[in-house]
Amino acid sequence: MTGKGEGDRTLRGGEGSGNGEEARGAEPADPGSQDSSPQLDAFAVDLRDVLDRNVASLYSHLVTRPTGRAVRLAIESQLKELGLPALSLVDLSSVAILDYSCADEVVAKLLLARRSPSAPHREVFFVFHGLREHHREPILEVLDRHRLAAVTRGHEAGRDFELLGTVAEEEARAWTRLQALRRVPALKIQDAFPDPSERRTLDGLVQRGLIFRHPSRGDLHALSSLL
Amino acid sequence: MKIVEVPDTLDYRSVDRLLASVEAVEEDRALLDARHLRWIDPVGMIGLLGAGRVLRDRSGTPPRLQPPESSVVSGYLTRMGFFEAAAEILETPPIRRRGGGDSDVLLELTSIAENHDVHAVVDRVQERAGAILSRTLRYPPSAVIQFAVILSEVCQNILEHADAPGWVAAQSYNWSRRLGRHVLILAVGDLGRGFRGSLASRHSSRFGDRWSDATALEAAFIHGLTRFPDQGRGQGIQQMRKQVRRWDGVISVRSGTARIADVPEWEDLPPLETNLPPLPGAQITILLPERLPEEGR
Repeated sequence: MTGKGEGDRTLRGGEGSGNGEEARGAEPADPGSQDSSPQLDAFAVDLRDVLDRNVASLYSHLVTRPTGRAVRLAIESQLKELGLPALSLVDLSSVAILDYSCADEVVAKLLLARRSPSAPHREVFFVFHGLREHHREPILEVLDRHRLAAVTRGHEAGRDFELLGTVAEEEARAWTRLQALRRVPALKIQDAFPDPSERRTLDGLVQRGLIFRHPSRGDLHALSSLL
Repeated sequence: MKIVEVPDTLDYRSVDRLLASVEAVEEDRALLDARHLRWIDPVGMIGLLGAGRVLRDRSGTPPRLQPPESSVVSGYLTRMGFFEAAAEILETPPIRRRGGGDSDVLLELTSIAENHDVHAVVDRVQERAGAILSRTLRYPPSAVIQFAVILSEVCQNILEHADAPGWVAAQSYNWSRRLGRHVLILAVGDLGRGFRGSLASRHSSRFGDRWSDATALEAAFIHGLTRFPDQGRGQGIQQMRKQVRRWDGVISVRSGTARIADVPEWEDLPPLETNLPPLPGAQITILLPERLPEEGR
């Protein structure tokens, strides 16, 4: 199965529209250098598409736990084919009804699997986009229940990226700051985040899959900058 | 043949009277005498099916149903699909089956036995609930989706916990005399192992001698406990409670000999009842009142 993105493609961080500020005191990191861009396998998943192809074409809503489980397994089987690290863009925009059981199976369990050292998609980063107002409550509830957080983006035009779920104040601050900067080269991290505790918070956000650290260069990327 | 009198009003308040009568029947074949039935709601219909199944299982023969003399009530039962749902449980006289035309019914009595049934119910209600929720109950347009989510979660409760099929039905009524408002009644019931049976293996030991139908209901309803170790389970009832509270509605769960409920000011059901006539399985009842103009939410 391939989603809207028709399977794998490599996205390069730092090539976005660039409306975010750059790291304080630094020019844009290594302009023109392709080496500075992380090589991430990216996979766009339209949940409606997964539902149609893998569960039953008659089902039009993401309801019931078995349906959610089938959708998640279909996504996970696709993720196994990606190189790691990878970024998965999960599109909810065409999902009319999402109940709590399905939100738990799809959103929470995909994120929970990152915690397991043996998980095949431990290094997969998720962005849930196309969220409508009625998706927010089930997703928030399941995230809070598992003390998880996720990077999301609303369906409406112009909606910004948002961190949903259980997030400490300092995590929210650090995430928002990096979100504004989009990308901070490794050498500039100390300038952009001078407080050591902030940098520890960033490490935690990387662990939680809410921001991305380039595996060899150490640059920090907001997940939105990789799309 | 033992005659079981069906109360003339069979609704969420009087269904226990029917269960008490059924409890008194031993192994005889029974006749459910509904001739004097004047009023029945979805809770009463599911209760009547449940009573029929208990009697059938006890005697090995489907009990006979003497249908209501009132053509209005019989016609309503027909429109709600009661006689079709009852076909394997009760011996009923030949009744004209429901036509395929338009109906004012929100959700006919529908059997829930597998995942697909929940999808079908959610699809069907989506088409019909909009007008009732927005025009009759004056809820905001988003209520249709929230109602569908409640419906999905409440039906899944059967599949996940009962280990037996069940039924769901919904209808709105004008409670002009009682409340001066319209009310939507959603009822779900099964004859499975009930909350006590579902939770026993995982949670009974911590309650010791206090373990009972009531403590099992408290564990699930108040504390969100389930028989599954998975932390993601048990949200369904909690989320239903939250949404029903926002709509100033009632949600009650009846299982075994107990009932637990969230009750708003306009209703006088006790929050917890014990020593009720035994109900195999579980029944969840949700009452959603019409929004008052001054509520303006």
